[in-house]
Amino acid sequence: MRFFRIVGRSIRDAFKSVGRNFSLSLASISCIIVTLVIVALSIVITYNVDNFTSELKKDLTIVAFVSNEADKADVDKLKTDIQEISNVEKVTFKSKSDIKDEMMKEDEAFENVMKQWDEEENPLQNTYLIKVKDIEKISETATAINNLSAIDTVKYGEGMVDQLVTVFKTAQKVSIVAVIALVLMTMFLIVNTIKLTIFSRKREISIMRLVGASNFAIKIPFVVEGMILGFLGSLVPVGLLIYGYKSLYNYFGGRLFTDIIKLVKPEPFIYYAAGIVVVIGIIVGMIGSGRAVRKYLKV
Amino acid sequence: MEFIRFNNVTKQYKNGVVAIYDLNLSIEKGDFCFIIGGSGSGKSTLIKMLYREEKPTRGEIIIGGLKVNKLRNANVYKLRRKLGIVFQDYRLLPKSNVYENVAFALEAIGAKKKEIRPKVLKALELVGLKSKLRDYPDNLSGGEQQRVAIARAIVNEPKLLICDEPTGNLDPVMSMEIVDLLEEINKKEGTTVVMVTHDKVIVDKKKKHVIALKEGHLYKDYKEGEYIDEIL
Repeated sequence: MRFFRIVGRSIRDAFKSVGRNFSLSLASISCIIVTLVIVALSIVITYNVDNFTSELKKDLTIVAFVSNEADKADVDKLKTDIQEISNVEKVTFKSKSDIKDEMMKEDEAFENVMKQWDEEENPLQNTYLIKVKDIEKISETATAINNLSAIDTVKYGEGMVDQLVTVFKTAQKVSIVAVIALVLMTMFLIVNTIKLTIFSRKREISIMRLVGASNFAIKIPFVVEGMILGFLGSLVPVGLLIYGYKSLYNYFGGRLFTDIIKLVKPEPFIYYAAGIVVVIGIIVGMIGSGRAVRKYLKV
Repeated sequence: MEFIRFNNVTKQYKNGVVAIYDLNLSIEKGDFCFIIGGSGSGKSTLIKMLYREEKPTRGEIIIGGLKVNKLRNANVYKLRRKLGIVFQDYRLLPKSNVYENVAFALEAIGAKKKEIRPKVLKALELVGLKSKLRDYPDNLSGGEQQRVAIARAIVNEPKLLICDEPTGNLDPVMSMEIVDLLEEINKKEGTTVVMVTHDKVIVDKKKKHVIALKEGHLYKDYKEGEYIDEIL
């Protein structure tokens, strides 16, 4: 019970203190806002990249064209050879006559030309469709398949996929570095805000010590103050995240530039992300004030 | 019954200055004791060691069975809750009124809300300030401010009241009133009072237990009524 009374009084004191040092509190809150906006942005990017790459993983297929010189035994052996490559998840065979049939269904012009081909004349190639486990290693896997003797060529939309993955991974890395730098800067500002509060309440603290307040009771108002700053600072980024992402999603119609890149649906994603942003805000505030308390409050 | 015991206590500060040399003394429970001595006699150090603001370099201090010198920093609050401390400069919160200043001592230790009010009113009644609950320290005289500080010190019903020159900033009449008040608390509540002072008139008049220090040594321990004015 004593614990709750002390915490209750600390929350009251912490709110008073935020108001008392309003200009410095505002500086800290602004810094937290900037940090958390970037945190929110990086969560959005990271989650979308993860989502996009896993979607790609589901769809992405290596097509290996089998040389027309290969006989039936070669073709069958190829399947086991491909399956033995470590990154390969699933191998499906598609014969050239299947492909011919598919193409004829797709287009009337193809149909007219292709229906005259018999099995011998069909210039198309037998193919293996290969799904991979890790799409980041797709180019190595494709090369390994290409090196098999009966394979003519291998296609997997290499240029575009590689580039997209690189662009998103870079964006992710940059945002992580920015977040770390900003978090450190924010903590520094919070340390200073709390330091000022500690100095302005020096007399109170010394009296608290004299009358036998425990270290916990002395420290806790400052830590709560840091948490309040963190919480207040997270409100604007949360608003931006929820409304910003929803409008972005609606504006682009759920896709970014091409149908390949699908955006994550706003709900419930943004609410989880908002929760993470608030928690990060509070934790940054708590750590910042904790450091100040340790450094300037000799208890 | 013995309440405070100093056994071979020596205090040397980090800068090398030795403030107390091998001090042995004893204060009874319910005693009213003056600690006197000139500047540099070690009386402030002695009193700081009582409320564990300073730790002795050697020796042992026992208050009510508690070995104060063995107390870890994190546990000092346990000792302080059994003490009341009054200073020369009152140490009140200027932005809080009389009631809030006294209540603060109880709030800081997490006392229940419904306990706070009756205790604060009782303490303020004892010091004669019940009519000035809503006044701020700036509107009070020095003597009244010291009464608020005393009320704050006794509100938690301490076993020991430590006073570090509580009359240092007051005129002789007010000083005597404050000491009368401390004496009343000592008698009524049975609180042991240890008061540092250099006001010879008070010490002379009150005929209490007097511990005289000189240059860090115990000069003389006068039992009640034994004190005669000597130049220290």
